[in-house]
Amino acid sequence: MSMLGSLSASNLDSPRSRKGLLLSLALGALALVILPMILPGYQISIVTQILIFALLAMSIDVLAGYAGRTSLGHGAIFGLSTYVAIYWSTTMGGHIWVGLLLGIVAATILAAIFAILAIRTSGVYFLLLTLALGMIVWGVCQRWTSVTGGENGMRGAGRPAFLIDHAHFYFAVLLIIIPVTWSLWRLVHSPFGWALRGIRDSESRMRSLGYNVQLHLFIAFVLSGFYAGIAGALYAVFNDFVSPSTVQLSLSVSGLLMAITGGIGTLLGSFVGAAAITSLENIVSIFTERWPSVLGLTFIFIMIFAPEGIVGRVQLLLARKHQQS
Amino acid sequence: MSDVLLKLDHVGVRFGGLKAVDDVSLNVKRGERRAIIGPNGAGKTTLFNAITGINPATSGQVIFEGRDVTRAQPHARAAFGMSRTFQITNLFPTLTVEQNMQIALRGLSPQKFSFFGSSDFTADERQKAEGALAISRLNSRAQTLVRELSYGEQRQLEMAMTLATGPRLLLLDEPAAGLAPSERIIVSDVIRSLPSDITVVLIEHDMDLVLSLVDWVTCLNNGRFLAEGAPADIRNNSDIQDVYLGRRHHA
Ligand SMILES: Nc1ncnc2c1ncn2[C@@H]1O[C@H](COP(=O)(O)OP(=O)(O)O)[C@@H](O)[C@H]1O
Ligand SMILES: [Mg+2]
Repeated sequence: MSMLGSLSASNLDSPRSRKGLLLSLALGALALVILPMILPGYQISIVTQILIFALLAMSIDVLAGYAGRTSLGHGAIFGLSTYVAIYWSTTMGGHIWVGLLLGIVAATILAAIFAILAIRTSGVYFLLLTLALGMIVWGVCQRWTSVTGGENGMRGAGRPAFLIDHAHFYFAVLLIIIPVTWSLWRLVHSPFGWALRGIRDSESRMRSLGYNVQLHLFIAFVLSGFYAGIAGALYAVFNDFVSPSTVQLSLSVSGLLMAITGGIGTLLGSFVGAAAITSLENIVSIFTERWPSVLGLTFIFIMIFAPEGIVGRVQLLLARKHQQS
Repeated sequence: MSDVLLKLDHVGVRFGGLKAVDDVSLNVKRGERRAIIGPNGAGKTTLFNAITGINPATSGQVIFEGRDVTRAQPHARAAFGMSRTFQITNLFPTLTVEQNMQIALRGLSPQKFSFFGSSDFTADERQKAEGALAISRLNSRAQTLVRELSYGEQRQLEMAMTLATGPRLLLLDEPAAGLAPSERIIVSDVIRSLPSDITVVLIEHDMDLVLSLVDWVTCLNNGRFLAEGAPADIRNNSDIQDVYLGRRHHA
């Protein structure tokens, strides 16, 4: 799927677009702080969900947008973290915070296993391999009833008292998402992040320059899984329930679609994409229960008409305007 | 012995039934300028791929600075001091010249594993990048996107990137192919002005260009060694004239 990568806007780093970036960041942050004061409780929790899925989408974007490797296995990595966190706090009766850490650790280990199997491949093979690996995890969650509760899933132990209020929980998630996003931003703009772009554009060139391409991809996959694990752990507290639908393919597809809708290779576009897709899902579900079909159609529509995504499109327009002036 | 930088010992590369490189042996001395010539399909690029590990030799040995690297990974050979350009331009087209140079420079430094650090040049890196860009005559284009460079400038950037890490062996695969005459002059001037301690092996199809640049020429045909000699002898070698006859107007 290097076609996704090649679309990513590259003029992100000029001083001018940096100014624009800072401005939109400031506006975005302001909106995120004010929103819960004006929204009713139910809608606050939708915004919370958007933040969590944006993190999942960003973790996918690290691989898809920067390393040119489109994963359909990240839903499973995310969901494993949710399973482990809930299993720890209910069945094992452990502390929820420890459960969250264990969930993130489990997701990171699962990502390492996926990575060992998948990094030798690229393009459609990578897509299909990660898809198959995700399906295995889904199958295990479905069948291993004694541990996972099978189809019925598992109910969590309930949020800690101070997080029960929608707005409180929202701010707690926001407090975690902001530094995590900042670290992702640093990651994709670090020398390591630039090496990933190089791998996306030409592996043979990178090898000849001295890069161990497999090692870089392995590390990128594990880091990406770590971030997906954080999102999955937050989701455990958010949803307080987990079932095979949390690890199923449609979650991987949603996450990828959010990254694409926002703009693959833009990182922060994932917030825009997550907001767009989550809002669409909430509107669509008023009229029909066929969300998976609508999701599929949306995917096709975006790939045909706006493959560079919303933020990607805005960047292109700005760059063009900049060139003309 | 120690003045032999690169030694190929009965190197062969097979693709199924095809022997693309067949039992080639040669020695390249430190500081030498060597050309490898031969008609299309002679196995020149495949030989480069065996030397650099992109497509390892299936028989024989590749010895670099006395070390057997026949099975080594390409990135390991780069760390030993080999560097190459590709026949088909192989750059990062959506990035700027400077960003291409940053990636090139960090290929051999631990900086490439800096996960959260700044990607800006350090003072030392900037100096190296500017040095390499100056040799390749590209210093005025640092902020340009690679896909907006002319084809000739892209070939110059290929050379700047391979020079950036201070290699001891530089392998250039048809650096002037497909260029306009004025661009060829720039490229041959760049090759001529390379630091004399760098050993250069150059594949080139154009005899006139190559014979003015090198000390010694090896000619391949059908994957096999055909002849070698000083440029003056190559011009008059009848075997080589036969191979090139009908393909080139001169010789
Ligand atoms: N990856 C490959 N798989 C199969 N055959 C190849 C491959 N690479 C090169 N060849 C074949 O090997 C021969 C030599 O090719 P090459 O080394 O590119 O020649 P040259 O660079 O001298 O023009 C040709 O017949 C070519 O078709
Ligand atoms: Mg060739």
